Amino acid sequence: MKHTLSRLAADYSMFFVLLLLCLFFSLMTIDAQHPTGSEAAEDVANEIIATQGRQASVLIVAGKSREDIAFANTLARRLEASGATVLESTGSSPSQVRQNLEALADAESPLSAIACTEAISKWSVVSGAAGKYPTFGPLAVIKPQSYLFPDFLKAGNLKNVAGQSAVFAIIAIGMTLVIITAGIDLSVGSLVALSAVSATLLIRDCFGGASAGPGGMLAGAVGAIALCGLVGLLSGVMVTVFGMPPFIVTLATMSIARGLAQIFSRGQSIYQVPESFSWLATGNLLGVPNEVVVMVVLYLFAHFVMTRTTLGRWVYAVGGNREAARLSGVPVLGVLLLVYVLSGALAGVGGVMEASRLQSGSPLYGNMYELYVITAVVVGGTSLAGGEGKIFGTLIGALTIAVIRNGMNLMNIESYTQGVVMGVLILAAVLIDAGKRKGYGRRVWGSLFAFSRAR
Amino acid sequence: MDATSGENASAALLSMTGIDKSYPGVQALLGANLCLRRGEVLGLLGENGAGKSTLMKVLGGAVRPDGGSIEIDALRVTFSSPAEAAAAGIATIHQELSLVPTLSARENIFLSRRGWVRRAEEVEQTRKLLAMLGSHIDPETPCRELSVAENQVVEIAGALRERARILVMDEPTAALSVREVERLFTVIRDLQRAGMGIIYISHRLEEIFQIADRVTVLRDGENVGDYRVADITRTALIEAMVGRTLEDEFPPRNTRIGDVRLKIRDLNRGNAVRDVNVDVAAGEVLAVTGLVGSGRTEMARLIFGADLRDSGTIELDGKILRHRSPRGAIANGICLLTEDRKAEGLVLGHSMRENFGLPNLSAWSRWGMIGRSAEKSALASHIAQLRLPAGGSERPASQLSGGNQQKLILAKWLERHCEVIIFDEPTRGIDVGARYQIYELICALAKAGKVIIMISSELPEVLGMANRVLVMRGGSIVGAVSDVEHSSEEEIMQLAFSEAAGTGVQ
Repeated sequence: MKHTLSRLAADYSMFFVLLLLCLFFSLMTIDAQHPTGSEAAEDVANEIIATQGRQASVLIVAGKSREDIAFANTLARRLEASGATVLESTGSSPSQVRQNLEALADAESPLSAIACTEAISKWSVVSGAAGKYPTFGPLAVIKPQSYLFPDFLKAGNLKNVAGQSAVFAIIAIGMTLVIITAGIDLSVGSLVALSAVSATLLIRDCFGGASAGPGGMLAGAVGAIALCGLVGLLSGVMVTVFGMPPFIVTLATMSIARGLAQIFSRGQSIYQVPESFSWLATGNLLGVPNEVVVMVVLYLFAHFVMTRTTLGRWVYAVGGNREAARLSGVPVLGVLLLVYVLSGALAGVGGVMEASRLQSGSPLYGNMYELYVITAVVVGGTSLAGGEGKIFGTLIGALTIAVIRNGMNLMNIESYTQGVVMGVLILAAVLIDAGKRKGYGRRVWGSLFAFSRAR
Repeated sequence: MDATSGENASAALLSMTGIDKSYPGVQALLGANLCLRRGEVLGLLGENGAGKSTLMKVLGGAVRPDGGSIEIDALRVTFSSPAEAAAAGIATIHQELSLVPTLSARENIFLSRRGWVRRAEEVEQTRKLLAMLGSHIDPETPCRELSVAENQVVEIAGALRERARILVMDEPTAALSVREVERLFTVIRDLQRAGMGIIYISHRLEEIFQIADRVTVLRDGENVGDYRVADITRTALIEAMVGRTLEDEFPPRNTRIGDVRLKIRDLNRGNAVRDVNVDVAAGEVLAVTGLVGSGRTEMARLIFGADLRDSGTIELDGKILRHRSPRGAIANGICLLTEDRKAEGLVLGHSMRENFGLPNLSAWSRWGMIGRSAEKSALASHIAQLRLPAGGSERPASQLSGGNQQKLILAKWLERHCEVIIFDEPTRGIDVGARYQIYELICALAKAGKVIIMISSELPEVLGMANRVLVMRGGSIVGAVSDVEHSSEEEIMQLAFSEAAGTGVQ
């Protein structure tokens, strides 16, 4: 654990950028927050008792949502416990509230306060009640206190960010290995679709569809992941045995995988999966979403492999200098093959998680994911030239991407603009990568300068 | 190129005075001076790190000096970019060629020209320039199809087109055969007669004595001497470079030769290696020499499994070895220290520790997990033994000097307990001081009974180190010299060149 922290510190600069981004989005998304549910009810009850005393008689007005019902019930219980009179009218519409108020006024019942949610307090029948029904005397409208808090930092949103980043981050582990060997894998986005389609298809057609048990779902997932590993193997064989450039090979497998996903699914979404299939995305372990747990476990394992094992050392060496590695006895072809298989299989895992999140499989999933994943890896400090890179750097990169996407959504930035921002981010990351390699940036600027002068 | 008159020939063409340059933690140059006259070849000597390349980078406009002045034809100049230096008539021929391999000779020569391409005129000019240099390459041949020597001629032609008056040549002969070196020297003498000033950097002292008029020696960024070549001896020059007196250039040979350990029979691969038979005994240093392309390196790669042999057997201590990859060769106790350390020997961007560990990981690992304390202690013991920089184990290998890089490569093989150690050009690009240490290590390994094969094109090294010399030509062994101490460079050159010398078997 101590080692892990020191690794994070080594990636200090990107980590710092990530924190700055979080701060930025927190500041930009500060908004009035209206508490709901029983928590809000406690606040309102306390306020009523403090201002009106135990003799208060209160009309509770709330909507029909689960949150509102909880609000009304808790509030009623609290008020009755402290001796106040409650005239409940849950599930009301404005006209119902008017009828209620008129009936109370006719009966000359005492009414000292209307307790309601933020939204209902804006109804004219509620806000204007004091003027319209003078028989009640001073009539207070009491609603939960709103407060300022960043949308970005709300627990629900943070969970969402973690969930969003989990899929990218897991695929990015494989991509990191590939890029460290000075390769690239463009097929991962299509493999997400292939995996999601084949997992859901296997469950639908072989393991009992919507009534499939955990074993069937597991088998479907494993089958899908293995299929993606096979596609990775195909890329790997092309790269190693036939010596073709990874860029063009994986461009081809990208097309193949997307096509297969379309063929298998006949272009349709597949949603005949059990409710519990979303367990990966919605379930949690001690409050941490399962997909985040999977992500963390995979990252710890990958970090261990890359820093402590022979295999990790070999991956770095193959990327640093392939020929020197071969002449030092590293099984270069085997390492490359394994790396592409892993990248394919991890994209498969990402696809299964995507299917779980969305409770269905579609050949359209994973569109442009390769772009986000490569960006995450490069932002995380892995050099496209190969030979260097850190697993936890990639995790920070994936979180950065997820935070930026989420932040832009919260700020209502439209998707076209988001594309531009992502592109600029990639350029910036690559420029930093180039600058880190000794003097390269300086040389680029220097020659540009010389060129402009020579003209 | 105008013929220069006698009085002009002695005027200073270039003078660099009091050049200072410091990098964080290093004083690369401290008041360095250099003076070059018209029509003169100036040898620039010094150990690696003495400041030669920094001084030349200052001259070439690639590095800005902290202080000092540069004058060309008594006019003070400052360069803020390589382009400005080129415009002032300075051209550099680097050790690594800087031509675009896919472009033709003509296109490379006219690469820096701006505006429209006037092809016919360019072809004409290229022919003229190349003819001036005594070369008849077709101007439209892509440079990747030309030999290293021909590429060099193209670079020089490019320099002439830009009307260069000062030519810096940094180790130009590193990859040339003996004949090509002779041709290059003819070209240099022609340029010299035409009034060009040439700065010639080389580790090969014989060449300095052959071609240079004067030498300037740098040590630790300062001038330590300026001599007329006619007035100085080889030993004195080396002593000036290393700053101490030298007893011997080579350690004493091991004379207790044991039984034959390595037997190679009928080794073949295409035309590169043909019917090679070699026996190496415990305790001897077997040198293999010959011209570049004679099959020496190719033979070594076959023994090491880096290339696959068409036929032939390799037998070590009576056991036939059947490896088909470097990985297999290493498992059989064979290692190769490649000629090109940077491209093939080391992962330059990785630390000393990682490079050292690469072939040895399995010895320290259990279930694929590396035992880090075993790794550390092994490295520490080799650092002490080979006098590698202490405390540098996490520094990237690229920061090591050539000598230390070679020692690091040797360390990783020693840790592997290899029995057959093949050195390919073990001291190429390594300065005089570090060379002796490499030689000592080779001799110590021979004494320990290892099988040592040393490939080298430097004849003084071959004659000074080997117990036995094999000469290769055209992929075959064409001669052997057993009585090395009474042999001469001439005898070996004779074998390397003559058509009908010797037989395949020694």
